[in-house]
Amino acid sequence: MKVLVPVKRVLDYNIKARPKADASGVELAGLKMSMNPFDEIAMEAAIRFKEGGQASEVIAVSCGPQANQETLRTALALGADRAVLVETEVELQPLAVAKLLKALVAREQPGLVICGKQAIDDDANQTGQMLSALLGWSQATFASRIELGEGTALVTREIDGGLETLSIRLPAVVSTDLRLNEPRYATLPNIMKAKKKPLETLTPESLGVDIAPRLTLLKVAEPPARQGGIKVDDVAQLLDKLKNEAKVI
Amino acid sequence: MTILVVAEHDNQHLKAATRHVLAAAEAIGGEIHVLVAGQHCAGVAEAARALPGVSCVRLAQSDALESAGAENMAALVVRLAPDYTHLLTAASASGKNWMPRVAALLDVAQISDIVRVDAPDTFTRPIYAGSVWATVRSADAIKAVTVRTTAFEALPETGGAACLETVEAGVDTGLSRRTGLALNASSRPELETARVVVSGGRGLGSAERFSALLEPLADKLNAALGASRAAVDSGYVPNDYQVGQTGKIVAPDLYIAVGISGAIQHLAGMKASRVIVAINKDPDAPIFAVADYGLVGDLNQVVPALTAAL
Ligand SMILES: Cc1cc2nc3c(=O)[nH]c(=O)nc-3n(C[C@H](O)[C@H](O)[C@H](O)COP(=O)(O)OP(=O)(O)OC[C@H]3O[C@@H](n4cnc5c(N)ncnc54)[C@H](O)[C@@H]3O)c2cc1C
Ligand SMILES: Nc1ncnc2c1ncn2[C@@H]1O[C@H](COP(=O)(O)O)[C@@H](O)[C@H]1O
Repeated sequence: MKVLVPVKRVLDYNIKARPKADASGVELAGLKMSMNPFDEIAMEAAIRFKEGGQASEVIAVSCGPQANQETLRTALALGADRAVLVETEVELQPLAVAKLLKALVAREQPGLVICGKQAIDDDANQTGQMLSALLGWSQATFASRIELGEGTALVTREIDGGLETLSIRLPAVVSTDLRLNEPRYATLPNIMKAKKKPLETLTPESLGVDIAPRLTLLKVAEPPARQGGIKVDDVAQLLDKLKNEAKVI
Repeated sequence: MTILVVAEHDNQHLKAATRHVLAAAEAIGGEIHVLVAGQHCAGVAEAARALPGVSCVRLAQSDALESAGAENMAALVVRLAPDYTHLLTAASASGKNWMPRVAALLDVAQISDIVRVDAPDTFTRPIYAGSVWATVRSADAIKAVTVRTTAFEALPETGGAACLETVEAGVDTGLSRRTGLALNASSRPELETARVVVSGGRGLGSAERFSALLEPLADKLNAALGASRAAVDSGYVPNDYQVGQTGKIVAPDLYIAVGISGAIQHLAGMKASRVIVAINKDPDAPIFAVADYGLVGDLNQVVPALTAAL
């Protein structure tokens, strides 16, 4: 069974995003970009299935500008067998990504797609579910455990109030939550080896997919700022403030 | 313009989240319907009929809908969608699970986690862990929207008298089936709706100290318990305690952060709280930048003293 892992290149999670001066978008110029952390977890899950003999091949896919090659090389260094870049300069929204991934699924025929639950830049939490719907497949989002069986999988999901286990039919789309695993780091020898692994480049046009954005970004802005607070000296002063100033207890 | 609000419930109780989503629907304007989908949930539909501003409650019941599985929920909502200009639900674990399926099947964008209605086709939503707010306009005929409940004040529980209509539940897609459910039994208020939240981080050091120090404090304040990702990953508390960008979003009247440094991903989940208290031994911890009242000290002394003084 092939496993497809979509990986997104995002602003590194350690960097605080700021609006551009003209409010047209988020400032990214010159800032460190990394693989979306949830996609690292997805890669790790796929690689473990390969190592465990349950997956035959792990294919990393990224959609976006040429710079995404860097993210794909990271995926290859982590253990993906090969990579596909769907290259475009057009700003991609989740529905467009889902359509591109659907076209790749038609080409590659994977038995499982493992994606991140959420890209930490757009915080959309949509792409995996959309892909699953477009394919007419089953889905299991927010996975903290995946057990592969014959034609089915058991997936434990993080939901409000606790955990839910689903039995899903394969092929399926699964999205990862934080507790699924702890991703490995790429070692130097593997980074060297990754340079020789195949990385294919396609375009939305060659896949016949319409990626026109549906949402127009009108502006980005800083959220309403909080008033700076004070430091209190001790518990007594804290209680006094909470009772008499904030009136919350 | 007619809006369909999909109710959040557990087949027994209508969750408060629905009343927050209704407020967002009211801000959009137009006629409002509520869909109650589940099994043996007629009582929920009755509660929904009393919600103010709702003209009609649509009730779909079947075994296939009992656990609100994404594939079956999406199929139902897609079938009802042509009657509506907007589909709204809470940006909860459930809403996030099925709404994107609906959007994809309708070939429309989904607008996730809105915090403001700017116009019936224009919404504002946080991106990048809430560091930035984006205002987006949708050109799609049907707007599929999930709502950040903390950003909209809940409408009252009563005041309305909606009609009730039964709708065909649809067949089971058979794509997935729930085989297990482990809910964390708790007598505390729900994290998302509690008036007071006491949250602990890595500074608590262990599951034992988390409960020994924070439970008595939460008891005194009738508070819900929350946590940072580090506390959850370290196994101090279950997953669904996590507050933050990729956990729960809360906005209580009072949020007490104990032994939490204040990473941007954590702040994303609690920055909208009315009053924030931070207890941390590091005077430079970033949490103090958002705290109304900061107390620098060792939580092992401060928390018991606070609990005793309440
Ligand atoms: C993709 C991604 C998603 C994430 N999502 C979330 C999320 O949703 N929610 C979230 O919370 N985090 C999230 N994180 C993690 C986040 O970046 C931080 O790592 C995390 O919030 C840190 O938790 P903490 O504050 O408990 O731990 P630390 O940063 O280690 O802070 C512990 C604090 O405790 C204090 N302390 C220690 N001992 C004492 C003592 N005796 N008395 C008083 N104070 C003491 C220390 O001074 C320190 O400030 C995410 C990260 C990534 C990459
Ligand atoms: N441009 C992209 N290229 C590859 N994968 C993506 C892309 N955008 C989103 N994804 C995948 O979809 C997941 C969810 O993203 P989102 O719906 O944008 O929050 C990510 O974690 C990735 O696995």
